[in-house]
Amino acid sequence: MTDAPTDDNPTDSPPATHRPLVVLDKVNKHFGDLHVLKDIDLTIGEGEVVVVIGPSGSGKSTLCRTINRLETFETGTIEIDGVALPDEGKELARLRADVGMVFQSFNLFAHKTIRENLTLGPIKVRGLGVDKANERATQLLERVGITEQADKYPAQLSGGQQQRVAIARALAMDPKVMLFDEPTSALDPEMINEVLDVMTGLAKDGMTMVVVTHEMGFARRAANRVVFMSGGQIVEESTPQEFFTNPRSDRAKDFLSKILTH
Amino acid sequence: MDAITQNLDLFWNGFLRSLTICLWGGVGSLVLGTFIATCRVAPVAPLRTFGTAWVTVIRNCPLSVLLFMFAFGLPEIGINAEYYYFGLAALIIYTSAFVCEGLRAGINSVSAGQAEAARAIGLTFTQTLTQIVLPQAFRTSIPPVGSVIIAMFKNSAVVGAFGVGLDLYSVGESLTSAQGFAALPVLTGVAIGYLMITLPAGVGLGVLERKVAIAR
Ligand SMILES: Nc1ncnc2c1ncn2[C@@H]1O[C@H](COP(=O)(O)OP(=O)(O)OP(=O)(O)O)[C@@H](O)[C@H]1O
Ligand SMILES: [Mg+2]
Repeated sequence: MTDAPTDDNPTDSPPATHRPLVVLDKVNKHFGDLHVLKDIDLTIGEGEVVVVIGPSGSGKSTLCRTINRLETFETGTIEIDGVALPDEGKELARLRADVGMVFQSFNLFAHKTIRENLTLGPIKVRGLGVDKANERATQLLERVGITEQADKYPAQLSGGQQQRVAIARALAMDPKVMLFDEPTSALDPEMINEVLDVMTGLAKDGMTMVVVTHEMGFARRAANRVVFMSGGQIVEESTPQEFFTNPRSDRAKDFLSKILTH
Repeated sequence: MDAITQNLDLFWNGFLRSLTICLWGGVGSLVLGTFIATCRVAPVAPLRTFGTAWVTVIRNCPLSVLLFMFAFGLPEIGINAEYYYFGLAALIIYTSAFVCEGLRAGINSVSAGQAEAARAIGLTFTQTLTQIVLPQAFRTSIPPVGSVIIAMFKNSAVVGAFGVGLDLYSVGESLTSAQGFAALPVLTGVAIGYLMITLPAGVGLGVLERKVAIAR
């Protein structure tokens, strides 16, 4: 991609100065006997972009899904903008609307048009008028580079287009933070960049993002911090530069040697 | 064929009565069946237990036994109504269990990601169900639920045999046994009456299925 050298790297602003937006404190989760999240402590500041990386089965998806309570957890707390996540119910639904989520498999609503995918949440959850919601949908579709497709159904779009619509759908809720769970790993190679470009744009605009991805180019370009997970634990946290060139833990070294040489 | 031509208005009234039972039975069992299916997928354990118990008991109970319980059992505990209402209620409750299972098959065919995406944008459980899951589930449920409803139309004859009176089946019954008409032509007339309900219903279902298949 046409990226300037690292002098405009967002890591210039240290994470410590960000106001804490998502705070996980000693979060533990089990799937039956399997301890998937072990004492996870993680603070994500406003405007920060955190890339989560790690071997398959290390709990990255579970972490993402736990942050907006698509999964329950047993002990610990998760606060979004100072408010602890409640159990199921209306209150939780409202808080969830503040946390955008983009899935590996897009999950656009198959029976609704692209436009309806973008307006459903704002109308039903935020109580926006239909005209306002439509206007905003048009803006957002333009922002992710999808024009003239608003009245099609998701199945009529390419994977890359669908994922960009999914990002727009999340943005339509004006979320405080966006979670991305391997947003490009279901895409054909030629479509990966169009999605990463949109995400890079979001990062530049100051969106707070948690991104599970193995796209190192994106991590170097857009992330403030890389969090390396293994076996349900956060093993290492550092800047992308530091992590990719000089990993400290053996597990990170081992993991990087595998993904760099394949 | 005299049996039919001489009693055409009787047949016609019987047909209308049967049609009414079918319509109310259809609406009632669709509504109740959707409610029970909702219970079965609800995030609240007691509701799920209730839904499962409902389906297990009702589905494994013969319709005639259910009808007897309504018609003769309920008056014993002080609930009285016309046989018509008892019969209709039993028919609706009986059919709801099958509608529920047909719908649930449709719900299970909707990928879990659809509901997750809906929850992730902040929709409540009810909104997720009514806006995202059920509309997609209905599409795949049209053939199985349609069969259930057509079976219910025919089951309405059992309700008729039970003394609802004036429906198609009862007309046939009274013409043959009380007035001594030959059974074959009378029952042919009754069968034609039922076909006049079930055949258009089948055609309607086909149209519906094609229509939702296009809108995708
Ligand atoms: N619903 C579930 N029930 C039981 N076990 C699960 C469930 N979801 C995930 N797991 C298990 O939890 C562990 C962590 O899974 P998770 O999906 O979070 O890993 P991941 O880091 O995202 O892996 P990948 O890179 O393959 O996506 C895995 O061992 C997985 O098998
Ligand atoms: Mg995963």
